[in-house]
Amino acid sequence: MTWDEMTPLLWESTWQTAQMVAWSTLFTVLIGLPLGVALVVTDRDGLFPSWTLNRVLGLVVNIGRSLPFIVLMIAVIPLTRLIVGTTIGTVASVVPLTLGAAPFFARLVETALREVGRDKVQAAQAMGAGGSTVVGKVLLPEAMAGLVAGLTVTVVALISYSAMAGAIGGGGLGDLAIRYGYQRFETTLMVVTVVVLIVIVQLVQTLGDTVARRLTRH
Amino acid sequence: MIDVSGLRKVYRDRDREVVAIDGVDLHVREGEIFGVLGQSGAGKSTLLRCVNLLERPTEGTVTVAGQELTALGQSELRRARQRIGMIHQHFALLSSRTVAGNVAFPLEVMGIGKADRARRVAELLELVGLADKARAHPAQLSGGQKQRVGIARALAGNPAVLLSDEATSALDPGTTQSILALLKSLNRELGLTILLITHEMNVVKSICDSAAIMRDGLVEESGAIPELIATPGSRLTAELFPLPAPDPGSVTITFTGQADEPVVSEVVRKFDVDVNILGGALEQVAGVSAGRLRLRLTGAERAAALAYLSGRGLLVEESP
Repeated sequence: MTWDEMTPLLWESTWQTAQMVAWSTLFTVLIGLPLGVALVVTDRDGLFPSWTLNRVLGLVVNIGRSLPFIVLMIAVIPLTRLIVGTTIGTVASVVPLTLGAAPFFARLVETALREVGRDKVQAAQAMGAGGSTVVGKVLLPEAMAGLVAGLTVTVVALISYSAMAGAIGGGGLGDLAIRYGYQRFETTLMVVTVVVLIVIVQLVQTLGDTVARRLTRH
Repeated sequence: MIDVSGLRKVYRDRDREVVAIDGVDLHVREGEIFGVLGQSGAGKSTLLRCVNLLERPTEGTVTVAGQELTALGQSELRRARQRIGMIHQHFALLSSRTVAGNVAFPLEVMGIGKADRARRVAELLELVGLADKARAHPAQLSGGQKQRVGIARALAGNPAVLLSDEATSALDPGTTQSILALLKSLNRELGLTILLITHEMNVVKSICDSAAIMRDGLVEESGAIPELIATPGSRLTAELFPLPAPDPGSVTITFTGQADEPVVSEVVRKFDVDVNILGGALEQVAGVSAGRLRLRLTGAERAAALAYLSGRGLLVEESP
């Protein structure tokens, strides 16, 4: 394969990967962030303690975390069809990607929020702040560096998952590597795909680290 | 200003019950600085957090500025807390906010508009001497400066009462004195009632008008410091004026306010006794000079001499 043949394939696949990762990151944050906050505030000594809710949420998150992504992806095919109308393609892959990453991100959010000192929460309560004010003005801003670091790890995981999603017709760089690199023995394309993935992951990690460092103030 | 009565706090840990506070009454008068002194684990921190109901008492009532907090619902309690300032051992500042942002926090909670907030924040920072640090982050400040920010933040809502949770325990001695001086001046100038807990006698000695000693969840003694000093067997007095262990037959005299009177030489001149000074300490506490002397009195007129000392208003305690 020549460079002229490879270039359009690479561009298209990279764009598909970017779309999959971007959309699934968005939905992962929309689901995972509230879930992580809920895990913390419903805990026994949390702002809104609720043993039952905490256990149920913990169980849901653990179920999501215990399935290997490739199994989850196939297991949720009926749900994907229900939501998107199809099970093949870039858009369809956003459903399993989000379901795979949201519980993971929720746990990272939980960890980041638990790092915020109890004395800060109590100081805010002593000033008359209610539970939602404490979450919005204390927990989330104080944990922001940790949240960004967690999001970075999640995006990298999503890039990896998205390559697997390619295997069942999601498109993207993983799909390209399997179809050309593996099935047609196009070693050059395989190598180039690997390099592109490495570069993307490096960029994401560097960006995440930089933002997290700027947010760290202690 | 603060009335705590019949306070009990029991924690349930699985099947075990841990009694942190076992029936405490506390009465803090308006405009005074009241210090609760005790070792760690004595329950003083729990007591303080029961005053603004960060911990809900198991039994008993808490009344602050005429409002019975233990009878309030959640939203009323939040409003009441806006009028009770609190400062913390480790400052508890938000590292994501600037100094000005930290001081503005309680004002945001109260729903005060942006322009008013900015004006009040500037006033408060001026008051604690940190006007030039408004845009700094807490991480860039020294411990003493952080506590000043904590104090400015605690005063934002014009509180009637300030609660201080070991506010100087994380500071070096010099910084401790400057923070204590600031608290004292706020007490005088704003008429702020301060309830503080500490394990440092120095804090009580420097700024408190009244004190309580806590041990094992109980208040052992409590009251105005000059009165406590004049109480026989007071633990506060014993800790305030460390003397060598009493010998059998030695006499300890405690004086408040009469430190400049030459009582010892009077006794020797008037009675047939010999006086041997075994130890002594003199302190400036709660605005009066007070001290203790441990003496050995021997001679024919020993009993008469001791009676004379008692008659001069000194507290005379004989070791058996």
